[in-house]
Amino acid sequence: MALLEIENLSVTFATSGGEFRAVDEVSLVCDRGEILSIVGESGSGKSVSMLALMGLLPWTATVTADTMRFDGRDILSMSDRQRREIIGRDIAMIFQEPMSSLNPCFTVGFQIGETLRVHLGMGRAERRERSIELLKLVGIPAPEKRLSQFPHQLSGGMSQRVMIAMALACNPKLLIADEPTTALDVTIQAQILDLLIGLQKKNDMGLILITHDMGVVAETAERVQVQYAGQKVEEQRVRELFDDPHHPYTQALLSALPERATRHGRLPSIPGVVPGQGDRPAGCLFSPRCRFATDLCRQTVERQGPEFGYALCNYPLKEGVPTGHPGVPELESAR
Amino acid sequence: MVHIEAQEAAAGTKPAGPTTAWAMRGAMLREFWFYFRQNRGAVIGLAIFTIVVLIAVLAPLLAPHSPTLQNRDALLLPPIWADGGSWTYALGTDAVGRDILSRLIYGARFSLFIGVVVVTLSVTVGVVVGLIAGFFGGWIDTAIMRVMDVILAFPSLLLALVLVAILGPGLMNAMIAIALILQPHFVRLTRASVLSERNREYVISARVAGASKLRLMFVTILPNCLAPLIVQATLAFSNAILDAAALGFLGMGAQPPTPEWGTMLAEAREFILRAPWVVTFPGLAILVTVLAINLMGDGLRDALDPKLKQS
Amino acid sequence: MSAPVLEKVADAGETVVEARDLRRYYDISGGLFSQAGIVRALDGVSFRLQTGRTLAVVGESGCGKSTLARLVTMIEKPTSGTLLIDGEPVTASTAELRRKIQIVFQNPYGSLNPRQKIGAILEEPLKINTRDTASVRKDKAIAMMERVGLRSEHYERYPHMFSGGQRQRIAIARALMLNPKILVLDEPVSALDVSIQAQVLNILMDLQEELGLAYLFISHDLSVVRHLADEIMVMYLGKPVEFGPSEVVFNSPRHPYTAALLSATPVADPGREKKRIALTGELPSPLNPPAGCSFNPRCWKAQEKCIREEPPLMPDGPQSHACFFPVERDGNE
Repeated sequence: MALLEIENLSVTFATSGGEFRAVDEVSLVCDRGEILSIVGESGSGKSVSMLALMGLLPWTATVTADTMRFDGRDILSMSDRQRREIIGRDIAMIFQEPMSSLNPCFTVGFQIGETLRVHLGMGRAERRERSIELLKLVGIPAPEKRLSQFPHQLSGGMSQRVMIAMALACNPKLLIADEPTTALDVTIQAQILDLLIGLQKKNDMGLILITHDMGVVAETAERVQVQYAGQKVEEQRVRELFDDPHHPYTQALLSALPERATRHGRLPSIPGVVPGQGDRPAGCLFSPRCRFATDLCRQTVERQGPEFGYALCNYPLKEGVPTGHPGVPELESAR
Repeated sequence: MVHIEAQEAAAGTKPAGPTTAWAMRGAMLREFWFYFRQNRGAVIGLAIFTIVVLIAVLAPLLAPHSPTLQNRDALLLPPIWADGGSWTYALGTDAVGRDILSRLIYGARFSLFIGVVVVTLSVTVGVVVGLIAGFFGGWIDTAIMRVMDVILAFPSLLLALVLVAILGPGLMNAMIAIALILQPHFVRLTRASVLSERNREYVISARVAGASKLRLMFVTILPNCLAPLIVQATLAFSNAILDAAALGFLGMGAQPPTPEWGTMLAEAREFILRAPWVVTFPGLAILVTVLAINLMGDGLRDALDPKLKQS
Repeated sequence: MSAPVLEKVADAGETVVEARDLRRYYDISGGLFSQAGIVRALDGVSFRLQTGRTLAVVGESGCGKSTLARLVTMIEKPTSGTLLIDGEPVTASTAELRRKIQIVFQNPYGSLNPRQKIGAILEEPLKINTRDTASVRKDKAIAMMERVGLRSEHYERYPHMFSGGQRQRIAIARALMLNPKILVLDEPVSALDVSIQAQVLNILMDLQEELGLAYLFISHDLSVVRHLADEIMVMYLGKPVEFGPSEVVFNSPRHPYTAALLSATPVADPGREKKRIALTGELPSPLNPPAGCSFNPRCWKAQEKCIREEPPLMPDGPQSHACFFPVERDGNE
């Protein structure tokens, strides 16, 4: 049994303009010692689904799911109190903005100690010792000195290291990293990613990495789940995904990357924008922007099996060619 | 992060939205009303305020008597529900036989007039001074803000009293004095908003396009600072009414026989034990009006502030 | 295409921006507890930019690339050094020169005035700088909107009704209203999603080809830079450390920092062999830069000479670099 199992998770927000469905029947499995990456553009619901798991959404959100199981325990039927015990101890999360994730009024030592006190009930001396150990673990030089520093005295990379130290304080089984390096410089990003992977291997944690950066996905993840407009559109192992994407959205996303195009040439962009609250199409949500879309796609869409990476597509791609598409011969000749 | 995503999805990509300027303004008003309505107190406040405005406008039609007409046969008549009350003087009469109801109705005109004049005066001066302080910074900013600090350091009513004492008692002078003591709040608020907007990229873009300083200040920056100012203006409105009433009560504001609420209170002071209604009704009128405007201001803040954060 | 506002600005190859040893220092006034000091945000940058060409300035936060953008667009004055725009030195009277150089910012949410309609935003530069009548202005604005892929009915809308990509198109349109020769692009696509980023980059490339614009492209995203740039300048702590034709720099970086930067950039190819140069430490404080070469505390090739002396930017083959012990030109990247 996997560490985290989520089946058909949906999240809707009540807004002034009516209901808005941010996550639409997303399923997800992550095991110990595994790195799962959730990749998608803004509005794909990748952060919202994880915040729903953590119970961190505002009151305007309604969360439903068929199953939500962590380590064999059903999260859906838990009381808030039981849930709080798990969250922060067994599931930890780090966020995009390290600078604003730390409370500017308290020292680094106090904030790490707080986690240790709440979840593990450690005494003062023990907390200090463990805090120093954690800061060493995340590669912060002179940890004794850092403990008495305030967040504004740290750089972005250092703050993110402190956040990771806090997340690891209780030896979590699952770490969720929500765009952990987006706000950081490239050289610091490389350091933080190496650190995360190293710790994940060492502690045999599950790691869910939420990102929009295909480069980060390629270099860190083992399994990738692609989301679009709140839906999961494809799931594959990382190498297969980059070699042979099955969903047209994944394919278009990959070919829009400048590094995959010829220099100075036009980039194959995806026309249009992600559908919003008011204009969600019937059938496949990607159909208005998809070059393979047919009338069938505008009415319904079917999920494929594992051979096509569970692609949410009527004509999943195989080596770039849509399977079962009525217009395949023409497409072939156009290539 | 979540917020941005939801917002992007909700607001950013709505191509099927309204297209003409009128329809758009309608949509914005509807959205404003949606948030305003969430606050029930604000809606009640708005309703009461509307009634007060209507009463002020229609005063000659509503008032049963002239506010200054003295009836020597009906001195200190009690209100209708007390012994000896009559329908002729529904809320009783004061010490010189004037109808209290009529005086209250006409008094609404004065209170609103005071509110409008004081707010207009203090907003105009406060916003211009605040813009200058925030936009130019440096020693200009320091000089202006220290003067404002000095004004704020005095108890406001005391300062108003001193000013009126210098200028001479009277409604106009009282309003000027009140405007002067309220205006530092607008200066501070405007300056704070200008400071945060001044370095935003759209302002820099306008500078790169060659916009003059005046244009930057009034066309580019000012419209983006308005939301908190509107909220502050409603609160200043009620403050102005309150302070004017206080000055009137101390004999430094509107002079008798003007039916101004504070002045009415002052005149009735000596009868507080013998004829409590003479004091009660003007006091209630002030209380209800000020409370209604404050509630409305709260609702305005709720409705306008999220917009502020969004943009 | 046949928009009345858009004219080809110049023949390719004409130098339109020339910077000679530009410097910008900021005085940090000492507070109660801190000492006063000088931040050398930009410390000696020289380059030339020709029409129809793209010069990319790359580097991490705090390297001075945004300061450079502010100097070139005349938002700030340099502490020393000369800046020539279209052959004329930038002095006190800049009104005429201003029209020749415009800027597009990173954040599409902050760079448009939320209280102005799109039409008003686009017409503002014309209103300030030309004597066009209202109807002429409107025609020009609508033509420009169509040029960047917006529909004319967007004229009456407010910025908050647009997505990030559309807003960036509006920002580009506004920058082009005065028919400038140079566009400073300050991280124009960093805030956009990949699919939208491709759309905006395509527009930028089309406009450059059509109008012969010169781009000063500021970015930290090396894959975007590689796609677009003709020349590239790598900066570290206010100083250029490597400068040269884009392909040369990407294929055989000589300065260790450039090499590390390139190897740290994640590449969307899981099959690629990782040869990452792990840099230790972080950017030193600009208030207190290290002696000698500013990169020496993080450099794996640093020797005693690097701590004693500051390496000058010297030409070496097709590119220039500021390093005593450059990375070998192996060519097998």
